[in-house]
Amino acid sequence: MSEEFKLEIVNPEQSFLLKEDVTEVVIPAFEGEMGILKDHISIISFLKPGMIKIFSKSGEENYYVEDGIVEFKNNNLSVLTSSIFDVKKVDKNKIDKMLKQAEEYSAKSEITDQNKYLVDQKIDILKTLN
Amino acid sequence: MATLDDLKKRIASVKSTQKITKAMKMVAAAKLRRAQENAEKGRPYSEKMNNIILNLSNGISDKENAPKLLSGTGEEKIHLCIVLTSDRGLCGGFNTNIIKKAKAYFQKISDEGKTLKIITVGSKGYDQLKRDYENNIIEKISFKDSKTINYLDAEKVGKMIIESFEKKEFDVCTIFYNKFKNVITQIPQEQQIIPLKTSEAEKNSSEDNYEFEPDEDEILSNLLPKNISTQIFKAMLENSASEQGSRMSAMDNATRNAGEMVDKLTIEYNRSRQAAITKELIEIISGAESL
Repeated sequence: MSEEFKLEIVNPEQSFLLKEDVTEVVIPAFEGEMGILKDHISIISFLKPGMIKIFSKSGEENYYVEDGIVEFKNNNLSVLTSSIFDVKKVDKNKIDKMLKQAEEYSAKSEITDQNKYLVDQKIDILKTLN
Repeated sequence: MATLDDLKKRIASVKSTQKITKAMKMVAAAKLRRAQENAEKGRPYSEKMNNIILNLSNGISDKENAPKLLSGTGEEKIHLCIVLTSDRGLCGGFNTNIIKKAKAYFQKISDEGKTLKIITVGSKGYDQLKRDYENNIIEKISFKDSKTINYLDAEKVGKMIIESFEKKEFDVCTIFYNKFKNVITQIPQEQQIIPLKTSEAEKNSSEDNYEFEPDEDEILSNLLPKNISTQIFKAMLENSASEQGSRMSAMDNATRNAGEMVDKLTIEYNRSRQAAITKELIEIISGAESL
């Protein structure tokens, strides 16, 4: 029996990625990383800044996301996100810029605890990319 | 009567106008295709988002404590209307149709004695509304600078709405935009986004048993603000396709009218030229006869 399921990542602007042959996806869910295999129970969750790791026959792919919603149902995994990019294709300048913005935001005093947590996560991830 | 020279000038001027409208039609046609593609590409996102929200709101156990964005504030005193129009003119009845629809709604609101607040997106809408509703307009937004519709713009509007909702500045929020049916037909729409209408929930089977992480309420309160931006983005996409479609058919009409006018003027020009020749001939002949 095949161990593959379907993955779809959509942006507001377009369908970002569609793969029929993924074997495992690791997503940065809000309460910790979550690995999804075939025949996982139906689940809805949302994302914090982090890496989506996709394992398929053609190899491993890594994407950076900032936020989004994940739905898994009948072996279809849908990821809705407004900010995603391929780790391999992005240039360093953009990451630097994002990092700077995030650090500025994090330094503000009026920031709520939840936002602070999210921004710190973002900074950590961006640092590892650099 | 117009002299020959005048007629000639008029024909030339109508012809050059025709050239402009024709070029505008071509540009609109090209843009329309792109706008339609964008609208199509954006559809999966908003559909999925809608589905998840429907599933979630069906699953919510106690409606009392549901997020305010879903259930409303319990009052209906202050209405916020977001009117989405274009930034540029010469697109037929596009803007007028939205404004007409919006004004009918405004009238209803004020007849019921409720407070009305307006946000206009797109400068044409502001131009048309400022005469009657100047005091009601709390914000005017225009995305003249961004070349294409992008999600960041929609998110800005969305965030603004949510912030003001959290400050309890309004109870009900409705957006007005044109839905793209085809090139000739665009239907003005009013859509209530706060509180969210879940009338379509019935046909969706609520049999799916999802696991939620974290719990439903938390996901929902995270998701609903995003949904606002998504709905606005969808409306913006639909609107831009409609705008180009409307402009295309308006310019097509204008080109045709200019053609008719050129024909009419040419006939008139030829007639009067012939009349002048005949007159001269008569003069010559009668001059020769009198000798």
